[in-house]
Amino acid sequence: MLKKLLTPFRKFFHGVFGLQYKLERYSLGLAVAIIIAGSIGGAVEIAPLFTIDETVEDVPDMRVYTPLEQAGRDIYIREGCYTCHSQMIRTLRDEVDRYGPYSLAVESKYDHPHLWGSKRTGPDLARVGGKYSDAWHFAHLYYPRDVVPDSVMPAYRWLARRNVDLDDLPQRLETLRRVGVPYTDEMIANAVADARGQVAPDSALAEGLIERYGEATTIRNFDGQPGVLTEMDAIIAYMQVLGRLVDINATAPTLAEE
Amino acid sequence: MINNLTVAERQWALVVLLVGGLIGLTMAAVGAGEPFGAHGFLVLFFCAALFFPVLSRLDEPEPSPHAGRSYYDDPIKVGIILAMVWAVIGMFFGLWVAYLLAWPDLTIDAPWASFGRLRPAHTTGVIFGFGGTALIATSFHVMQRTSRARLAGQFSPWFVLLGYQLFVLIAVSGYLMGVTQSKEYAEAEWYADLWLVVVWITYFVLYLRTLARRNEPHIYVANWYYMAFILIVAILHIFNNLALPVSWAGSRSYIVWSGVQDAMMQWWYGHNAVAFFLTAGFLGMLYYYLPKRAERPIYSYRLSILSFWGIVFFYVWAGSHHLHYTALPHWVQTLGMTFSVMLLVPSWATAANALMTLNGAWHKVRDDATLRFMMVAAIFYGLTTFEGSFLAIRGVNALSHYTDWTVAHVHAGALGWNALLIFGVVYAAVPVIWRRERMWSNRLIEWHFWLAVLGTVVYVLAMWNSGILQGLMWRTYTDAGTLQYPFIASVLAMNPYYVARAVGGTMFFVGTLIGIYNLWMTIRQAPAADMVADHPVSVRDEAGERGVPAE
Repeated sequence: MLKKLLTPFRKFFHGVFGLQYKLERYSLGLAVAIIIAGSIGGAVEIAPLFTIDETVEDVPDMRVYTPLEQAGRDIYIREGCYTCHSQMIRTLRDEVDRYGPYSLAVESKYDHPHLWGSKRTGPDLARVGGKYSDAWHFAHLYYPRDVVPDSVMPAYRWLARRNVDLDDLPQRLETLRRVGVPYTDEMIANAVADARGQVAPDSALAEGLIERYGEATTIRNFDGQPGVLTEMDAIIAYMQVLGRLVDINATAPTLAEE
Repeated sequence: MINNLTVAERQWALVVLLVGGLIGLTMAAVGAGEPFGAHGFLVLFFCAALFFPVLSRLDEPEPSPHAGRSYYDDPIKVGIILAMVWAVIGMFFGLWVAYLLAWPDLTIDAPWASFGRLRPAHTTGVIFGFGGTALIATSFHVMQRTSRARLAGQFSPWFVLLGYQLFVLIAVSGYLMGVTQSKEYAEAEWYADLWLVVVWITYFVLYLRTLARRNEPHIYVANWYYMAFILIVAILHIFNNLALPVSWAGSRSYIVWSGVQDAMMQWWYGHNAVAFFLTAGFLGMLYYYLPKRAERPIYSYRLSILSFWGIVFFYVWAGSHHLHYTALPHWVQTLGMTFSVMLLVPSWATAANALMTLNGAWHKVRDDATLRFMMVAAIFYGLTTFEGSFLAIRGVNALSHYTDWTVAHVHAGALGWNALLIFGVVYAAVPVIWRRERMWSNRLIEWHFWLAVLGTVVYVLAMWNSGILQGLMWRTYTDAGTLQYPFIASVLAMNPYYVARAVGGTMFFVGTLIGIYNLWMTIRQAPAADMVADHPVSVRDEAGERGVPAE
């Protein structure tokens, strides 16, 4: 019985062995076979992610990062924050209880690259926006153990010393538009002004920023140092927008109904 | 070594180095004051450091016309030494970050010396510097010996080996300067990525050209694996790194993929970097050096076929198991999990094939630390692939993901499998390549062996403990239905394990230093040996003479 059941497998493997015995005499043939065998899995799993509509939810009013937030994101990448912090709340009860509603695909729709991360030496940051004050973030980034005595996070003092590199902000936004982020011509042209406006509440620059990026934009002098636009401003602006590009409380119920 | 190049090859080298130097100069000019400019200087100095020695020997006489009748081992020598240099650099960064997690203030107030920049320097230094250079050097050795043919040309092996060094140098120095695209194990920016494509294509062409000269009708198993390593890594690298530079005069770029698609692309790449860089390539090593050292034929040809095609076909599907319970569609997660579990079959078939090969040679394993390195590596390969399939199961992954358990798993593979295998292979290859009777000291090999094995075990046990503890603390609820531990409680609980891990890593590092000392003394002092049998069977030599051993 068992022998009968195994017969097709035996035949298959004998065919494979015979084939390989011939194939291994031709280096190009072998190379082509390797490429074919090694491409199928990726093609089947990845290509449909671009074509199946349900992969990424549809959400109205999805915001884009302001120039200052994007600059903060670039600093987050530069400093390797992703090596210890994830930005992906999984669909598990304890994660939702600890960090908030689980992350939706749409929330990182404009993230080039994604920063979902793979390790939580520190906590998840997907919904850290609004959870702590700017002053807390400043103190924490400056020397984490001042506010969290048992923390093992590095101190990022230089962020307070360095000014944000504004020169190529318009080009950065332009490049992001070319890979799919819907920045308008106006947003790109005013990128530098908008970055300055985000740390100058009630100024004319701030009004332009609100006009382009919406009422929900956080406008504060994040690092408490007036007059200068430091990297601390940028990274805190980014921290404070994490999880708030989409109004998750309004979105989750509508998606559930669909 | 330069004298062994023909005059035409020396001239060609000068032209290529000159072009490279000019590119470096241009980068330095347009990117002045930025990391891009610093990389320009790096390229310039790299090319200059090679240009002048070649130039000064341009007028030396042509090498012996009979050189073609021996194997070409010069690049292998340099490759082995460079691999060991990268081992020290990569492991040093690794140790540093390990100590930082235990004592976070063990650094200076400078951006380059913070964990987030050092960690990619560690991973790239060991995976691509140490592992990649060892792969290239051993592949040159294996492809010649198993084909019984000399390398095709003397220029392209150097181009591949040294061009690859430039890639790793740009990558590692870039992370320290904050140049990164943040995709794990693919952090290098667009210009380094483009350069790697050029090097990699040359590598594959060299492989095909050497195989075309072979004096054996069949291509040996080790070469199948090396070919899979080169080909699939090329595909992964190109798709995962597709990016648009912000400016041609700057290092910053944005990946064309975003969000969920980028995450999937990343872990398709990331997992297969493990599969084809750290598994397929290393199996190429194992399939040559282990039977050679044990003086036993591979246990089963059919098992080799089964496991080779199993690994090539199944592995590519497994990447999505890094994204369980995330916003990645469920069907992709399930496919990844299924194939990860199935992968256990070819993985264990390979490990069994290696261990069964040692039947009849176990007394050698007992006496010969070099062979023991390879044997223990094969065992760690078996253990790690089992753990990998296990961790890919959705329910297990819920606990293990984001914790130190992953770190334990990775290091069981990287230390126990990859590094131990490289050390065994280096100890086996060095006497052959340098024409020595044996390594300088067998006692030092024993010391290295035990330090490396113990270091790995301490490391992995510490991280298993911390990972599982972490995972359990995060999901523990009180009777009232609230989470019992704040996050920081889990950080505090990790401290003793982080200390233990740093101790294990230190042991491993000391072992590596001992190995390098032994290598150095072997080259300088071990008794020389004639290796009359180590030459190509026949060569296309006009005189039709028999081959001769390399000098």
